[in-house]
Amino acid sequence: MRFKAELMNAEEMRRALHRIAHEIVEANKGVEGLALIGIHTRGIPLAERLARYLREFEGKEVPVGTLDITLYRDDLTEIGVRPKVRETRIPFDLTGKAVVLVDDVLYTGRTARAALDALMDLGRPRRIYLAVLVDRGHRELPIRADFVGKNVPTAKNEVVKVKVLEVDGEDRVELWEKEEA
Amino acid sequence: MRHLLDFQGWSRAQVESLLDTARVMREVLERPVKKVPALQGFTVATVFFEPSTRTRISFELAARRMSADVVSFAAATSSLQKGESYKDTLLTLEAMGVDAYVIRADAAGVPHQATRWVKGAIINGGDGRRAHPTQALLDAYTLLEALGGLEGKKVAIVGDILHSRVARSNAELLSLLGAEVVCAGPPSLLPQALPGARLTPSLEEALEEADAVMVLRLQKERMEAGLIHLEDYIARYQVTAKRLKRAKPQAPLLHPGPMNRDVELEGTLADSERSLVNRQVQNGVAVRMAVLYHLLVGREGA
Repeated sequence: MRFKAELMNAEEMRRALHRIAHEIVEANKGVEGLALIGIHTRGIPLAERLARYLREFEGKEVPVGTLDITLYRDDLTEIGVRPKVRETRIPFDLTGKAVVLVDDVLYTGRTARAALDALMDLGRPRRIYLAVLVDRGHRELPIRADFVGKNVPTAKNEVVKVKVLEVDGEDRVELWEKEEA
Repeated sequence: MRHLLDFQGWSRAQVESLLDTARVMREVLERPVKKVPALQGFTVATVFFEPSTRTRISFELAARRMSADVVSFAAATSSLQKGESYKDTLLTLEAMGVDAYVIRADAAGVPHQATRWVKGAIINGGDGRRAHPTQALLDAYTLLEALGGLEGKKVAIVGDILHSRVARSNAELLSLLGAEVVCAGPPSLLPQALPGARLTPSLEEALEEADAVMVLRLQKERMEAGLIHLEDYIARYQVTAKRLKRAKPQAPLLHPGPMNRDVELEGTLADSERSLVNRQVQNGVAVRMAVLYHLLVGREGA
């Protein structure tokens, strides 16, 4: 793969997440009854950061859970390498909550669909929002995000890599291009 | 890994990866909706040429919890009674679109043979005295939960070792995971050798400082062959509260079932807090979900 451009640096990521946190408060009229759920892998640290900002802004704790959608993927029958199944940990009751699903990139929408299915099996939230750091387009399902850090029009042969301090040692969003086979 | 026949050729990393998946499946079983769509579209057949209750039901539940379709074949009510061969039975199921077969057989090697007859994944649900890998996996999982790790831990396996596929598979697997396995039983019920385990006729020696104790069913049907006298066995080999004092304090007790109360194990111990028998059964479903996931979905990563 060939590196093409930096889409966001650490400061831009911080500002985007700050803004998303404000938008969540605005949409939900506060943080009462709110919960954040990060989708493995990079959605989890992003959800934790949003929870930290919400605490700074509103002075209240918002519970954070983690969700692995592997067992809900719609391509498991045709997949190449078997994906590792990871832990889903939601240490609070989802029923009646306004849940913000958090992921790094929104692309085809299939991960979000799987996450919705998984959440429905775990409880009955009052409503579900979707927050993503980058929306790169190319949806295959009628799904849209409620909160977006940055919209990036991409080509299909491009790859958006979100790097986060907690996993990758740095905060940065990069655009790469797949080489012709 | 295309089939699960025994643990030959398995690496410790492969086992640990499978047990990691089982941990997630355990969590699925605690959800309000104990079901995920991962194996939607797959068909799993339980093909039991030998009777079984818990293994068959455990596999069927595991497959259903993963949204697979399940067909169940039991020898007693099948065309085997009309003279059909094992091979033709499996070929018939294959023609109906089965993707994975859980095979239980009284003769060792039937699951191995089956890998040559059909294209689907074969899971050994217990063959003769040879192997019962999913029982060993659920035992290892239960021990990991209870002990935190298996490296350097002493596990005593007690009872009819000679006829036990459970002892054989456990010795293979637990030693692969770093445990010291000591098998004890009357000399007439000990094999010449058991890969992965040390054998001793002394129950006391096996129990000494054991971190966990696995008690095996004394297979009464074999006693008629004069291998042992029941009273002698109870007197010398029954795991009792008094004898268990040699093991580490609170060392957990396992039993693969079905249990002969007050024969191989003192009845009150089976119901004590140290007994993990019910936990083994619960973990069995999670472990079998993990096995089905690993065999049916994709290929192993690098």
